[in-house]
Amino acid sequence: MSDDHVYMTLAEGHEDDTRWAYGTGFEDPLHGVDTTVPEGVDAGELADVCVALADDALVSAQRLAEWTTRAPELEEEVALANIGLDLLGQARLLYSRAGQVDGTGRGEDAYAYFRDADDFRNVRLAELPNGDFAFSTVRLLVLSSWRLAQFAHLVAHPDPVLSAIAAKGVKELTYHRQYAAEWVVRLGDGTAESHRRTRKALEQVAAYFGELFTAYDVRDEVAAVLCQVTGAAGLPMPVYRPLPGAGRAGDHTEHLAPLLAELQSVARAHPEATW
Amino acid sequence: MRFGAQEFFRGPGQPFTITFGHRVLLPRENHVTLEPNEWSVGKLVSMATTHSAEAPDRDGLQEHFDATIARDQRIEPRDWMPDGYRKTLIRQIAQHAHSEIIGMQPEGEWITKAPSLRRKAILFAKVQDEAGHGLYLYSAAETLGADRADLTTRLIEGRQKYSSIFNYPTLSFADVGVIGWFVDGAAICNQVPLCRSSYGPYARAMVRICKEESFHQRQGYELLLTMMRGTDAQRAMVQDAVDRWWWPSLMMFGPPDDASPNSAQSMAWKIKRHSNDELRQRFVDMTVPQADKLGVRLPDPELRWNEARGRHDFGTPDWDELKRVITGNGPCNDRRMERRRTAHEEGAWVREAATAHAAKQAARAKDGAAA
Repeated sequence: MSDDHVYMTLAEGHEDDTRWAYGTGFEDPLHGVDTTVPEGVDAGELADVCVALADDALVSAQRLAEWTTRAPELEEEVALANIGLDLLGQARLLYSRAGQVDGTGRGEDAYAYFRDADDFRNVRLAELPNGDFAFSTVRLLVLSSWRLAQFAHLVAHPDPVLSAIAAKGVKELTYHRQYAAEWVVRLGDGTAESHRRTRKALEQVAAYFGELFTAYDVRDEVAAVLCQVTGAAGLPMPVYRPLPGAGRAGDHTEHLAPLLAELQSVARAHPEATW
Repeated sequence: MRFGAQEFFRGPGQPFTITFGHRVLLPRENHVTLEPNEWSVGKLVSMATTHSAEAPDRDGLQEHFDATIARDQRIEPRDWMPDGYRKTLIRQIAQHAHSEIIGMQPEGEWITKAPSLRRKAILFAKVQDEAGHGLYLYSAAETLGADRADLTTRLIEGRQKYSSIFNYPTLSFADVGVIGWFVDGAAICNQVPLCRSSYGPYARAMVRICKEESFHQRQGYELLLTMMRGTDAQRAMVQDAVDRWWWPSLMMFGPPDDASPNSAQSMAWKIKRHSNDELRQRFVDMTVPQADKLGVRLPDPELRWNEARGRHDFGTPDWDELKRVITGNGPCNDRRMERRRTAHEEGAWVREAATAHAAKQAARAKDGAAA
C-alpha cells in the first residue's frame, strides 16, 4: 500500500500557477465580471455605498477574528469564524467594486490597509470591543438583521455587481441572524446570570442604534426581528436613544484606531512587500 | 451544530448504505458483527476493567479481534477490543484532538494582522479547519466511550498532552508559511498512514483531515514562494522562520525508536504504521528538494545526500530540548495552557445557559404534551 500524497509533489515544476487555489498573484475578486457602471447610476454614490458596507464588514470580521481560540465551545469557534469569513468575503468584493467605480483603480488592500480611522465609514456599533459572549451575540443579532434588511433591498440595485454581491450576501446573513437569534434566546432564557448579561448587552448595544437607520429605510424590519427574538428570550426590548455624530461621516469611538493599527501593522511595516 | 459522534462515525456494525448519485455502495468489508451487548455498546470506559471477567468467551473475542487486525480490517466501535487497545486509542486520539485545538493559537495570533485580505481569509479558514479537526477527533474518541468535556478537563489540568511543536512562538508572518510547510507537512507524514489505522472511526476521520492538511501545507508553501519573490526583508523573514522551526519540526515525530516505549504495541495493533525514525527520515527526504526550490537553507550542517542509502543523512535533534518542552518547560507552554483554560472557564456560563435552556424547553414540551 502506498502512502503517497501531494506533499511530495510540492516542488514539482509546472507551466502555470493553476494548481494553486485561485492562482497566485490573485488580486481581483471580480475578475471576469462585466464591471461597467450602468447609465443612470452615480459612480461616486455607488462607491460610497460599497465602501460603507465593506467597512462595516471588515471591522466586524476583525472583531469576530478576535474570538478565535477564545470561544465558549468548539462549535462556536467554527460558527464565529464562518461568519467572520463571510463578512471578510463581502468586504473584499465591495472594496473591489468601489475601486473600479470611484476612478482610483485601487485594489481591496488599498482600502483595508492604507486608510486611517477618519476615512473609515463603518457604524460605531461594529468597532466596539467584543465584551462577553452576550455582548458579541446581541451585537451580531442587531448588525446581521440590519445588514440583511439592507442587502435584501440592494438585490434590486441598478448596478448588477452590487446587486449580485447583495444576492450572495443575503444567504450568508440569513444564517448569521439565525445563529445570533438562537443564542440570544438561549442566553435570555437560560440562567439568571446569562439573562442578566444579555439584558445588559441589549442596553449597551441600544445606545448605538441611533445611526443604523439612515441609508435605507429598514428600521421597521429590524425592529420586528428584535421584537420577536427578545420576546422569545424573555428580554425587554431596549430603548432607542439618539446618538450624536455618524460613523458614516467618519466619526468613531476611541476603539477604531487601535483595531486598525493591529489590522494594518504588518502591511504598513513592509509597504514594498508582496504577499 | 453539534455532531453526534455515533451518527458521524457510523460503522459497518450498524447496517447502512451510502448513495453517490445513482450508485449504491455497500460496506466494502463484510464484518462479522457481534450482537450488541453490555460490553460492546455505550459508555465503555467505566466498564473496561470488569467486562473481561464477565465475558463468557473471552478467548473467542480476543481471537476474533486478532484475526480482524491480521486481515488488515477495521475494528469498529461496537466490536470487542482489548482494554489496552481502547486506552491507547483514547490517549492518542485525545492527544491529537488537543493538538489541533492548541495548534490554533500560534497561527491564530496572526489572523488579525495578516498583511492582505486574501492572506487573512486563507489563515482564518485554516484556523477554523483546525477547530473542525478537533471536533472530529473528539467525536472519534467519544465512540470509544470517552467524553469531550472530560478530555478537555484533562487537557487544562495538564493530565493529557498535546504536540510539543505548538509551544514555540510565532514571531513574524513568515512563521505562518513555515508552519504550513513544515508543521502541516510533518503532520501529514504522521497522519497519512493513520488513514489505514485499524480503528475505523479514527482512520476515516484522518482521511478528511489529511486532505485539509495537504491544502494548508500547499497554502503555506505558496505564501513562502510569494515572499521569496518579494523584498530582501521578506526573504530574511522566511530564512529566519525556517531556522527556528526546522529542529522543532523534526521533533514532532517523537523520540528516537529505541527510546519510544509504546511504539511496538501500537505497531502490532496497527494503530501506528511506521516507526518515528522512519517517518522523520521520510520528512527530511521530502523537504530537502522543496527547500532547494524555495531557495532557503535548512539549518543542519550534517544534512547531505547519502548515495549508498539513497536517503539523506541528517543531524540529531536536541532530545533534551524535546524533553523540556514536553514536560512543560518550552517557551510558550504556560501561555498556551492559560489561553485554553481561560476560554474554557469564561465560557462556562454560556454552556450552563445552553444546558438550562435545553432543559426548560424539554420541560415546556412535556407540559405542553400533558396539557
